[in-house]
Amino acid sequence: MSSRESMTEKTEDQALEQVLKNFRSSVCAWSDAVYSEVRPVAAVAPHGNWRLAAGWALGCLLAATSVAGGVYEQRHHRQEVAKITTPAPAPAQAMKQQQQQAVAQPVREENGDMPAKVDEDLLAKVDSDVSRPVPRAMEPLVQLMAEDETE
Amino acid sequence: MRRIGASTRVMAAGTALKPMTQATAEQIAGLEMEAAAQEFSSVVENHRPQIFRFLLASTRDVDLAETLTQECFLKAHRNWKKFRGESSAMTWLMRIAINLTKDHWRNRRMQFWRHAQTHSVDMDEASEWLPSGERSAEQQLMAREQVGRVWKAVEGLSERQRTVFLLRYVEEQELSEIARATGLSEGTVKAHLSRALGKVRTELGSWR
Repeated sequence: MSSRESMTEKTEDQALEQVLKNFRSSVCAWSDAVYSEVRPVAAVAPHGNWRLAAGWALGCLLAATSVAGGVYEQRHHRQEVAKITTPAPAPAQAMKQQQQQAVAQPVREENGDMPAKVDEDLLAKVDSDVSRPVPRAMEPLVQLMAEDETE
Repeated sequence: MRRIGASTRVMAAGTALKPMTQATAEQIAGLEMEAAAQEFSSVVENHRPQIFRFLLASTRDVDLAETLTQECFLKAHRNWKKFRGESSAMTWLMRIAINLTKDHWRNRRMQFWRHAQTHSVDMDEASEWLPSGERSAEQQLMAREQVGRVWKAVEGLSERQRTVFLLRYVEEQELSEIARATGLSEGTVKAHLSRALGKVRTELGSWR
């Protein structure tokens, strides 16, 4: 059995050797044929033109996109900065608005939508807001001077 | 030829005691250069077909094999002065060719976005080159099929396995020579070779 196996192995090895020899002679024949052959130099330029153009177009598109993106980003940033730096509406303006709203309120009341008491309360609140004492910058000094005079 | 160059150098050293004119020094240098050029041209003449064959088998691309062969001999010419003759010229050239092939595949991998413009010959076409010999038509057909199978197996090998396999079974180099050319140890060469052979066997076995 083992002798049979060894025999088959031997024959397989011989067959493989033969195949490899054939492979070698095939490569040699091919190489010799190509080596001795004089071949014209292939023209390369015409085939690559569209690829070059596509490459350039893609490159230009990328560059344009990046520039536009940069400009947009800068504008957006400027707008943000402007929003931050502009002062909030002055308290006087806010008061005016409230007064205007308060004036407009009775008109609505005439229509009979809102109860009168609520409006009165609102007006009282507005009055208190308007008449709220605002500390002035020179007030402490004025107080001191008043004290001195009393002394 | 290289020995002639060395002997002229010895002569120059021997005659150094005598006052040597500039003209003779130039003549010696000229002779040395001429000898080196002759030596190199003979190396090209002797080894170019073999290098081309190896590169053709490695790439299966005629144009690429030619380009790489040119590059190989250009590199060899540039470094010819550095060649000390520790290994044979063939081994040295083969080493350059192997490195060029490696560089080529590496570049191809890096340029994966490029259109793969290959002129690789089909395996069936490559296997058609088989001398008829004294075989019958049937035998020849069978041999072609088998050669095609080997090509298929070779294509599936790793870069190193393929190099080692081709050096052993196409260039018929000894293991020690392969080891020198590839820069691997003999043990590693043996391992690569046995794996490559195993794959070829499997490919042929599946066909049977």
